[in-house]
Amino acid sequence: MTTATVTGKSDEPVVATKNYLTEEGVTLRSWLLTKDHKRIAILYTLSITFFFFVGGLAATLIRLNLVTPAGIFTPDIYNRLFTLHGIVMVWFFLIPSIPNTMGNFLIPLMIGAKDLAFPRLNLLSWYLYVGAGFLALFAILIGGVDTGWTFYTPFSSLYSNGYVVLALAAVFAVGFSSILTGLNFIVTTHRMRAPGMTWYRLPVFVWSNYATSVIMVLATPVLAITLMLVAVERLLRVGIFDPALGGDPLLFQHLFWFYSHPAVYIMILPGFGVISEIVPCFARKPLFGYKFVVWSSITIAIVGFFVWAHHMFVAGISLYAGLVFSLLSYVIAVPSAIKVFNWTATLHKGWISFDAPMLYALGFIGLFTIGGLTGLFVANLAFDVHVTDTYFVVAHFHYIMVGGMVSAYFGGLHYWWPKVTGRLYPEWWARIAALLIFFGFNLTFFPQFILGYLGMERRYYSYPPEFQVWNIFSSAGASVLAIGYALPFFYLGWSLFRGKRAGSNPWAATGLEWQTSSPPPAHNFDKTPTVTRPPYQYRPEPEPQDV
Amino acid sequence: MGSMQLLPPTASAHAADMDWLFAALVGTSAFILLLVFGLMILFCVRYRKSSKVERGDRLGRTWRVETAWTVATFVAFLGLYFWGADLYVGIHSPPKDATDIYVVGKQWMWKIEHPGGQREIDTLHVPVGKPVRLVLTSQDVIHDFAIPAFRVRQDALPGRYETLWFTPTKVGEYRLFCAELCGTWHARMGGSVVVMEPSDFQRWLDSQDPGPSLAQEGEALFRSYGCSGCHGTASTVHAPKLEGLFSRPVPLQDGRTVVADDRYIRDSILKPKSEIAAGYPPVMPSFAGQIGEDDLLKLVAYIKSLADRTAENSQTGRKAGSAERPTQ
Repeated sequence: MTTATVTGKSDEPVVATKNYLTEEGVTLRSWLLTKDHKRIAILYTLSITFFFFVGGLAATLIRLNLVTPAGIFTPDIYNRLFTLHGIVMVWFFLIPSIPNTMGNFLIPLMIGAKDLAFPRLNLLSWYLYVGAGFLALFAILIGGVDTGWTFYTPFSSLYSNGYVVLALAAVFAVGFSSILTGLNFIVTTHRMRAPGMTWYRLPVFVWSNYATSVIMVLATPVLAITLMLVAVERLLRVGIFDPALGGDPLLFQHLFWFYSHPAVYIMILPGFGVISEIVPCFARKPLFGYKFVVWSSITIAIVGFFVWAHHMFVAGISLYAGLVFSLLSYVIAVPSAIKVFNWTATLHKGWISFDAPMLYALGFIGLFTIGGLTGLFVANLAFDVHVTDTYFVVAHFHYIMVGGMVSAYFGGLHYWWPKVTGRLYPEWWARIAALLIFFGFNLTFFPQFILGYLGMERRYYSYPPEFQVWNIFSSAGASVLAIGYALPFFYLGWSLFRGKRAGSNPWAATGLEWQTSSPPPAHNFDKTPTVTRPPYQYRPEPEPQDV
Repeated sequence: MGSMQLLPPTASAHAADMDWLFAALVGTSAFILLLVFGLMILFCVRYRKSSKVERGDRLGRTWRVETAWTVATFVAFLGLYFWGADLYVGIHSPPKDATDIYVVGKQWMWKIEHPGGQREIDTLHVPVGKPVRLVLTSQDVIHDFAIPAFRVRQDALPGRYETLWFTPTKVGEYRLFCAELCGTWHARMGGSVVVMEPSDFQRWLDSQDPGPSLAQEGEALFRSYGCSGCHGTASTVHAPKLEGLFSRPVPLQDGRTVVADDRYIRDSILKPKSEIAAGYPPVMPSFAGQIGEDDLLKLVAYIKSLADRTAENSQTGRKAGSAERPTQ
């Protein structure tokens, strides 16, 4: 399976003489040709961190531009900035964020396997990601794209003068990296569970990634086809989407959102998984309503395929289509609400401690609840007619994607940091960063709800002066947020060299990943574990068994 | 400029209804938010690790709790859904007496044509208290005609007509935006909607270069493009007559029946083979690529102006669009 040659003794796993970081060698070559899921997860983490800062830089420039009503950049530069921000953040950060880093690292550990089912595909998926990433950067550097990440036709296919085809190719390629990862996770979850690891003993994190993988495998090909059709129309002038050539511009939107709405769930479901791990651990209590949480993920994955046209209530769809898609969008809000109630109920009568992962998790619940509730606003037909394409929508999906998903990502990063690196992060710095992110986030994005209801449109490099006050609040919040996001980069980096040794289970957590040493050996477990109990059998423990 | 505006101006009947819906959504959300945040904070304080509070007798039978909150959430959501759907149906049902104003979006301006032939760019003048229906299309990419003070917006698509209606209730000048990314000057593609007292509006109309009305221009085009050769009242060709056609049902060759609205007229000119009126040979040539959006609007306006006329001169002695008898 892995290229690791197992020479170590099968002693009780102690701190890290024999671990995946060193076992296969420490050369660059040993990393670039690795088939170890944990090393590939590290490669992914480094690459998505890079793209997170690229996308973040664009966001910073966007907020800078919007400080004054007249704008600072030229419209062409501004249009390229938000397109860059959208494409990089959606496809090169959010979609791979939790699945390809934590999912890659943890799924085999959580189910008691030695690796993913297809280690070579896993490595290929990373190379596709990196290749696509370079292609996207290349498109940006030689002149950029101004279509927005949504590539609406016929603007993208016949009118835009940016490097659209290059950007399409990058997204097309990165889609295959998603498909390979999804396929790998599905097969792994079905085939590689340890003895006794029944479906209902799987951690919710595995279930969530499983649901995510199903969406990746089913939806991403539609995106690939759609983008290819845009490229065909653009290069060969075959009429597909442009009515001047006999095409239908709404066809593009239907196809695009058939992928891109489920993609929203690709981005958030793994976050649900992370939170469902963290909350029981720090509340010292089993997850409330495990089966409901699991099945609401599956329900979301399925119903998520039938709500796409709620992005199109003013786009020219029929009245009846509007009525049906709005109803289905309300239906999908129910399982999301169920999760929030279950996490909250998990806190009831627990023994709660507030380490940084828990702060991020609580922040996630708060921000996701606001994002979810404003989803009820935009799913509402008449309301959406007023706010679609305004900052209300921008604020809504940033609450889900950034407030929710990025908080979950950071929560998970801190929670599993000791497992991945074998070192503890500095707790106080981490708590400060968690609080800065929470407050900075609200200051950045809450004013945008008000701006949206007032009528400030998206993708405007300049705006009427009466909107300035709220924009200044938003930009001020963005600078707090930027500090919050930069901090972990430094203290986590510091902890790699100076952090305290973590021991195998610093949180006294119950998952299988905590049964092996930190960092784990290349083959994960010295002996394949046998599972006899459901997950989250937490009891109050006065002190975690630490080193 | 430095003011902290919280709500946009409310200047149409629909906008007032929408603000109530907004209040209901905010109310429902605030309730759920307070519930969730309240419980979270309560639990976090009461059940913090160092607290010695009694923790026995935990919630069992989770499925009962789960079912209860699932049903409660769903019922509350359904109420909001129906409210929004009801208003949405309303903004898709323009009253019969609405004045039609034609709007063509192009990179990066809005061209507006009043039925009397008055034209304006990036500004729309309308009378207070009268329903107005906009017929929107685009000459290039997708645009979106957005008027926050009326709480309505609609994409303007190339190659088809979309409509948007409102009844302004307050005199004033309101912002008009393009809400769909359309290229470099997207942010500058907009202007204002000026709501005037009817008398002022009439004065404004009169002060504009009167020129021929849209329908009159359309009539001239009807002849110059050669339409009248077949569809004119004096024509002997067996072609559908257009008098009294508009907004009536038309039986099609394939058995369907469609209403002869703006879209039908437009499609019949550009894609005559797609919906053939029952009983007529499909001989009309397509005018796709030959007639620009402006001229199309005028032709539609002309055909619309024939709606109240009956085809008395017509040799076939038939009322266009209904009771057709295939007699070939």
